[in-house]
Amino acid sequence: MYPSRFRYEAPHSLDEAIGMLRDGGDYAKVLAGGQSLVPLMKLRFAAPELVVDINNVPGLAYHRADPDGTLRIGALTRHADLERSELLRTTQPTMAAAAPLIADPIVRNRGTLVGSLCHADPQGDWASVVLSLGGSVVAQSPRGKRTIPMSGFVTGPFENVLDPDEIAVEAVIPPARGQRAGGYLKLERRVGDFATVGVAVAVEISDGSVVTRAGIGLTGVGGSTIVATEAAAVLTGKPLTPESIGRAADLAAAAARPRTDHRGSAEYKRHMVKTFVERILAGSNRSYDNEAERAA
Amino acid sequence: MTMVYDDLGDEATRDVPLRRIKFTINGAKKVAEVEPRLLLAHLIRHGLRLTGTHTGCDTTNCGACTVLVDGSAVKSCTMLAVQADGHDIETVEGLATASELHPLQEGFREEHGLQCGFCTPGMMMAAKALLDANPDPTEEEVRWALSGNLCRCTGYQNIVKSVLWAAQKLRSQAAE
Repeated sequence: MYPSRFRYEAPHSLDEAIGMLRDGGDYAKVLAGGQSLVPLMKLRFAAPELVVDINNVPGLAYHRADPDGTLRIGALTRHADLERSELLRTTQPTMAAAAPLIADPIVRNRGTLVGSLCHADPQGDWASVVLSLGGSVVAQSPRGKRTIPMSGFVTGPFENVLDPDEIAVEAVIPPARGQRAGGYLKLERRVGDFATVGVAVAVEISDGSVVTRAGIGLTGVGGSTIVATEAAAVLTGKPLTPESIGRAADLAAAAARPRTDHRGSAEYKRHMVKTFVERILAGSNRSYDNEAERAA
Repeated sequence: MTMVYDDLGDEATRDVPLRRIKFTINGAKKVAEVEPRLLLAHLIRHGLRLTGTHTGCDTTNCGACTVLVDGSAVKSCTMLAVQADGHDIETVEGLATASELHPLQEGFREEHGLQCGFCTPGMMMAAKALLDANPDPTEEEVRWALSGNLCRCTGYQNIVKSVLWAAQKLRSQAAE
């Protein structure tokens, strides 16, 4: 298989790239890792007339924390960079858990987090993770930069709010109020398959072991990524207890809209959502207790 | 290089310029003129006639087409040839010298790491990327590193053994 014909540009600056997108109109696509776009083009599901490859644009391959704890991930940061990241391992348990579960190791060498968010596949793992953390996407265009909350970034399967001349340059995760806990669990038939069920849980726990913020994102159990708002709400304002964890797990399962398919029955998938929420939160509680013991 | 494509009728009106790219493959410097839509796997197999790199699924799943780009394992069916411009590519043909097999190749022979052989070049290149970064991997780390490569014959047992065999040999060579 090979893509239909397209013009290819590999600019060396963001301004140049944005100019090319502006001139390319609706028929231009940005190429970063290419691990979703190239397969789509080969299958002719996507047939852009212009491909703007941003791999030669300097200064987009980074992930770093601002002094206030805000995490910034550049558009050319590969999944593998995040998988190996000491910063994520020590400060972002949900992201650190998800990174090694994206696709397979070879795809992770090229694919990018920001590209995955833009691709807006309802089965994508990063969208759930970034949603659970209350993150956003920074987009740049001739009109300047704007920050788009992830909750309003995706408009439908494979659709996002970016204008044709906008490039998503960065993903942003806001700082935690308290200590972060959480995780990502994914049920897949084999490595590299789409998630049968994926669950992202992110909680922030204050000194008094009270949950100050909670977010739960679900992958693969609906036509789009699902934010389990009610489930997260029952966790906040109190310590994690077996009761609150059980209640959140039930509400997350209720928020799922799974369909029976070759990966499993709707009932099974819903049950796995509940199980995963419980497992992640039970683990969060344990790791928080351990931290607290060490600190004491 | 000249490639012949099926005329699907949908793209005859689009005339796109060829692009000249320079790259290194298995240590040799090359220049090529390619259509932007040419995939790296096709450049390697048809343009360079290096048919050790196999295309299996052609859908980014199987890993048979795995090559190293600047030392990092990449599925060459999922990268455009134009993107190789300025980069260093290694294929399975770059493993052996004129007189000696690479320890990975020896390992696959010693431990019976292949049956039909179709996945083998991709397995070896993915394993090379692993061993370059981690000369003393555990069995678990080998399995993890090869989890993007499918084999339908061996059940993976002997592939894992082969890679561990090669790791051992490379370490003892390095110690000499």
